[in-house]
Amino acid sequence: MNQYPLWKYLLIVAVLLAGLIYTLPNFYGESPAVQVSPLRASLKADAALRARVENVLQAAGLVSELVMLDGNSVKARFADTDSQLKAKDVLVAQLGEDYVVALNLLPRSPQWLTGLNALPMYLGLDLRGGVHFLLQVDMNAALSKALEAATGDLRSALREQNVAYSGVSRDGNVVLVRFRDAAARSKGESEIKQRFADFVTNSTEEHGEYNLQITLKPEAQKRIQDSAVQQNLLTLRNRVNELGVAEPVIQQQGADRVVVQLPGVQDTARAKEILGRTATLEVRMVDETHQATPGAAAPFGTEMFKDREGRMLLVKKQVILTGERINDAQPGFDSRSNEAAVHINLDGVGARQFKEATRENVGKRMAIILFEKGKGEIVTAPVIREEIGGGRVQITGSMNTVEAQDTALLLRAGALAAPMEIIEERTVGPSLGAENITRGFNSTKIGFILVAIFMIAYYLMFGTISMLALAANLLLLVALLSMLQATLTLPGMAGIALTLGMAIDANVLINERIREELRNGVSPQAAIHAGYDRAFGTILDSNVTTFIAGIALFMFGSGPVKGFAVVLCLGIVTSMFSAVLISRAIVNLIYGRKARLAKVAIG
Amino acid sequence: MEFFRIKHDIPFMSYGKITTSISLVTFLFAVFFLATKGLNFGVDFTGGTVIEVHYAHSADLGKVRAQLAETGLPEALVQNFGSSYDVLIQVPFKQNLGGAKLSEHVMESLRKQDTSAEMRRVEFVGPQVGKDLIDNGELALLLVSLGIVGYLWLRFEWKFGLSAIIANLHDVVIILGFFAFFQWEFSLSVLAAVLAVLGYSVNESVVVFDRIRENFRTMRKAEVAEIIDNAITRTMSRTIITHGCTQMMVGAMLFLGGETLHYFAMALTIGILFSIYSSVLVASPLLMMFGVSREDFIKPEKTEAEEVLP
Repeated sequence: MNQYPLWKYLLIVAVLLAGLIYTLPNFYGESPAVQVSPLRASLKADAALRARVENVLQAAGLVSELVMLDGNSVKARFADTDSQLKAKDVLVAQLGEDYVVALNLLPRSPQWLTGLNALPMYLGLDLRGGVHFLLQVDMNAALSKALEAATGDLRSALREQNVAYSGVSRDGNVVLVRFRDAAARSKGESEIKQRFADFVTNSTEEHGEYNLQITLKPEAQKRIQDSAVQQNLLTLRNRVNELGVAEPVIQQQGADRVVVQLPGVQDTARAKEILGRTATLEVRMVDETHQATPGAAAPFGTEMFKDREGRMLLVKKQVILTGERINDAQPGFDSRSNEAAVHINLDGVGARQFKEATRENVGKRMAIILFEKGKGEIVTAPVIREEIGGGRVQITGSMNTVEAQDTALLLRAGALAAPMEIIEERTVGPSLGAENITRGFNSTKIGFILVAIFMIAYYLMFGTISMLALAANLLLLVALLSMLQATLTLPGMAGIALTLGMAIDANVLINERIREELRNGVSPQAAIHAGYDRAFGTILDSNVTTFIAGIALFMFGSGPVKGFAVVLCLGIVTSMFSAVLISRAIVNLIYGRKARLAKVAIG
Repeated sequence: MEFFRIKHDIPFMSYGKITTSISLVTFLFAVFFLATKGLNFGVDFTGGTVIEVHYAHSADLGKVRAQLAETGLPEALVQNFGSSYDVLIQVPFKQNLGGAKLSEHVMESLRKQDTSAEMRRVEFVGPQVGKDLIDNGELALLLVSLGIVGYLWLRFEWKFGLSAIIANLHDVVIILGFFAFFQWEFSLSVLAAVLAVLGYSVNESVVVFDRIRENFRTMRKAEVAEIIDNAITRTMSRTIITHGCTQMMVGAMLFLGGETLHYFAMALTIGILFSIYSSVLVASPLLMMFGVSREDFIKPEKTEAEEVLP
């Protein structure tokens, strides 16, 4: 009665083997590495980049253990931090303009393990050190900004259609258009309804004035807010690139929050400065009377900037337009030639300034310059073909779709779509992180040893079997965490210890049940059978209740608590498997074959 | 080896009045301290800034306080953290006070005073985050409670679900009472521990309830009280050994896990101790009180008498 069919043994062996393979990478540790990833979407990390990195390192006389292509980056592993830092400096000097060069850690596990996608557990910031920010996007400001832009559009639309109006003003989230008579108002209303799908209009009369109240439709509000968060995310990603962080996490959380995690970053002041900075954008005229000579001083009244291909251009100091006047920039296609294009939408003031400037400079080049870190870079320098009014500008020519997207992003990056505020910060220094790992590991180890001593002394053979099952549980849990690359935090490590302490419950239940059956005079084989059988219902019930708690913690917990919840839930799954199946398999192997079993060692 | 070789069932149910009144008194004490002293909410919930600083030598707290007062933070709480080398600085949240920038000012000023000051950890929590956390914590507590009652109702009967959750919420209140009495810091990880205890200590009740259900089927002639007594006595050995093992793990965390895990492990320890008591001596008397009976499990066979219809 206590025998498993062969397939069950095979299943258990297969699961344990898989567990062992996925746990292994955790033992190899990590080596210092340098990671090179492209700054722009148009640049790819490919074999050519890998060769370039290899050449640069070789030229500098640095020995790298391994240079590999991983996703959209090239990683080089070094034996010690000394050569890692040297390599970073060399690579920054050679590739720094177009690529992010960041310090990182790479698992030292052999190639065949990495090939199986077996990676060490992903450590949370409290274990590896780093900064965690939670930023709140000001949604009302995003709406105000959109409405402010809309007032300009409304004015020009009414003017174009020759609708007589006496004023357009914004009060909070309502735009008020005043007309002199009802006829003008109804004409204006139908015009606005036809042109602007996002508005809800509402007629009112006050002091003999005919007013039209315009508000945004709820779905338009939502769209504006969503795109504000999306734009902020993109902008943040761009800025974080500059920090040279190996594996930054930038994620939306909830409707209006953004999480930024920067592992390994210690200089929080700089991180905050960069996250909070507003880059500025300027439109200026290109100076075509002089020749730009690299190295030479720029002629009076001009400045020299590089464009994105690295060519130098002389640009006049006088500013035509600043980035604040740009409401939106989107990649798209030219309606006639079908070429990739960037569509820019200027606000009212910007449209007027732009119209004047283009009228005077037809045939000349203008430059759009992005200033970040006090350094300017020319995003694009198109030729002005004709006078451009109405605030809608299109830039085309020598661009592919990726570059158009890039340019549009850079144009928008000038300012955040809505202001953001840091509402939570958690910084952990690297020494504390390392200490946390040791503490978590030690307390699990000591606890495990104590439980093992007790269980073996108390239940003899069955205690030993229980501990083997518990060890298998630990193995499977670590393997599962490594496989899923779930973030392991300090509370997560506590969760490992706690699930082990709780998992032993299943074995105690079984062992006690077997003892009880034996005491009632049941034969050993029948006692083992009954013990496992009867205890199972109880084990299931008690695990389900803990699982419910784990799920609730996962749903409502944040950060480290979520890590705890993940471990708790996974631990319940592995402990069910190991306490019931694995321990039974061992018992069956030892006792199951003996037809006449007189005694079992259960204390 | 065997610790519990109990020949006769212990008449737990006849002590019902004493045990429930003991837990009622503890419970009332806990509520009293919660009401008068309140929980010492950590920065996770109240908002504010916590900075952990490590010095190469024993830190002079007086000097640190003076330096902070000079920086414009006279109300900052300064204390040792784990060892005399480590200092924990807590600054309550105040509007218009630099927000996230505060930690840099503090570190700058401390480094000016002593160059060996090393930033170990900074936590800044804005007030809106704290409020969300409290709301989420309450929601999680509610969800766990409902989930457990629902599951036990499904597996047993509503009487079981209700008595189990009362017994375990009573544990939760007692843990909170301890935190209020000693004014230990109530942080996010303590909340996680409390919820874990809720899930874990229900196990106890489940194990006893399982036995009660089994006994209703096997001990046909016995009284309800006898059945419960027998169930408790026979599961007692398992209860204590399991909790002992879990406590060994938790104890290791309590003593070796460092400051961060200390209160987490403390909440678990109190929870484990009280859940032994409450699942046995609170949940079961409650079950009696709700009038559990054999009929809850064994449906009386339908008598298929022939009926004569007019």
